[in-house]
Amino acid sequence: MRYIDPHIHMQARTTDDYERMAAAGIVAVIEPAFWLGQPRTHVGTYIDYLSALVGWERFRAAQFGIRHYCTLGLNSKEANNIALAEQVMDILPRFLLKEGVVAVGEIGYDDQTAAEDRFYREQLELAVDLDMLVMVHTPHRDKRAGTIRSMEVAVEMGMKPERVIIDHNNEETVRDVLDRGFWAGFTLYPNTKMGNERMVEIARQYGSERVFIDSSADWGVSDPLAVPKTAKLMLDRGISKADVEAICYGNALAAYGQSGQFNESDWLDPVPVDQRTLFEGNSVLRGQTPQVSASAAVDQRLAEVAFK
Amino acid sequence: MTPEHLLLHWLSSRLAPPALEWLNAQAVAVRGADRDGDLYLSFTLVPRKTGKADLLLSTEELAAARAARAGWDPSDLSVDQAARLVLLLATQTPADRFAHRLEQLCVTADVAELVLLYRGLPLYPEPERYRLRAAEGIRTNMRAVFEAVAHRNPYASEQLPEDAWNQLVLKALFVGSALHPIVGLDRRANPRLARMLSDYAHERWSASRPVSHELWRCVGPFAEGDLVDDLARVLAKGSPPEKQAAALALSASPDPNAAALLRAAPELSAAIAAGTLSWPSLTAA
Repeated sequence: MRYIDPHIHMQARTTDDYERMAAAGIVAVIEPAFWLGQPRTHVGTYIDYLSALVGWERFRAAQFGIRHYCTLGLNSKEANNIALAEQVMDILPRFLLKEGVVAVGEIGYDDQTAAEDRFYREQLELAVDLDMLVMVHTPHRDKRAGTIRSMEVAVEMGMKPERVIIDHNNEETVRDVLDRGFWAGFTLYPNTKMGNERMVEIARQYGSERVFIDSSADWGVSDPLAVPKTAKLMLDRGISKADVEAICYGNALAAYGQSGQFNESDWLDPVPVDQRTLFEGNSVLRGQTPQVSASAAVDQRLAEVAFK
Repeated sequence: MTPEHLLLHWLSSRLAPPALEWLNAQAVAVRGADRDGDLYLSFTLVPRKTGKADLLLSTEELAAARAARAGWDPSDLSVDQAARLVLLLATQTPADRFAHRLEQLCVTADVAELVLLYRGLPLYPEPERYRLRAAEGIRTNMRAVFEAVAHRNPYASEQLPEDAWNQLVLKALFVGSALHPIVGLDRRANPRLARMLSDYAHERWSASRPVSHELWRCVGPFAEGDLVDDLARVLAKGSPPEKQAAALALSASPDPNAAALLRAAPELSAAIAAGTLSWPSLTAA
């Protein structure tokens, strides 16, 4: 089976992770711009960060046969530094139409402050102007109210629900999100919040329409193999293969495919010009044999590498 | 015709009418625009408008490119790259403003944009302004970006000082890039580079790792003393292509010992004398 991890912060991960992800069958990842665990203090570091997401990180992923995409935006935590946030809003339009940028994101609310609201709205406006998708990070605190508010403001600003992905859902938010016609992403956190077992129950209850899962793996305790591991668990617990494929691959493809920047042919049948710029080189491997076709050996390596 | 006119001419027979119309309108708009943002936006939008097909230039078109700008090789360009160059070149005056905009585009570039911005180096006004930018392209670890500066691009050999040039050649070996597509490889060979390459070969030998036989091409003309010993070692112990490379390098060496070593390898010497063994024939194999 092929997998997409539609929310993972690869900049914080090692090449060991890339290798294991490729071996487990992950063919494409989406890296949302977010904060670095501590707040940035200069717009210059923001520019370098965004430029690394469309440059170096994409190249790094390609070494392992994984296609790398991103969503770009001003995250809600850093929206609270208004002076910095204004400068970021100035440079953001220069990045949003780069190749492989699939949405404005992750944006939304954290503490649900006035500043967060202001920059969330400004970015929604930008998305409408540029005809882009939006990926919303829902708050970890006061979650249900914050999620509903995120959706209401998105619609108020002119976004169609089917062009908005609401991420970090749980049992308390999923019904509202699906009923209103938005895409519902679930982040699988080891130990905390949304675990694999709970996800199986949600899949049983809500089926596979407009639902998908991601790891949101970053610099904290997190698991870059959460998607393939949960897929295996779902299959073991009797969820149908078609539903598992939709939740772990097809729905993310359908949701982000609306951008025109996220096509299955990118990884199944890459065009020569992309191979020239992206699927080439081995500088990360430093003299080892390049593993660009690692995904072909998925079945054999899955048990021994991915799940140990 | 200027490179700018040539690019537009090539695109006019390859782009669909709406894409061509869009490009022409954007080129006119950015030519007169005072706001930097207009160029940044249209530059970024190009692949969405043009697609990314290869340009596939004919022999005659490639000859026209060389006539317009000596050493310019657009044989590997795609239509989006050509269209982006058209937009850039539309804003080439004043040169100060162009340099500022080019730097800003580099700072916010994605991988494909970086490759193109470096491919364009031979076409920019006041080329000496971009030496540091070119050196930055050589410093990258993204091989496609590195090769945009290093391969089939005359800029580096024309503009880079010796230190930066030597880093380019060494870096090519480090990232596994071929040396023969580097424009000016023989002309810019120098004794310091020959010494650096010999040191590099010794490092690789110590680690039991392979050494590109192309390396000896830059050593030969300066091979004296212990550098000839290196070549003797390759001639004695190397693979067939390595032996051929060592013989070619020895044939370029001013050291009398080199001539003696060659006499001991009559088949290779004869092939060199007959013209059947040369650097181009070896790297084409």
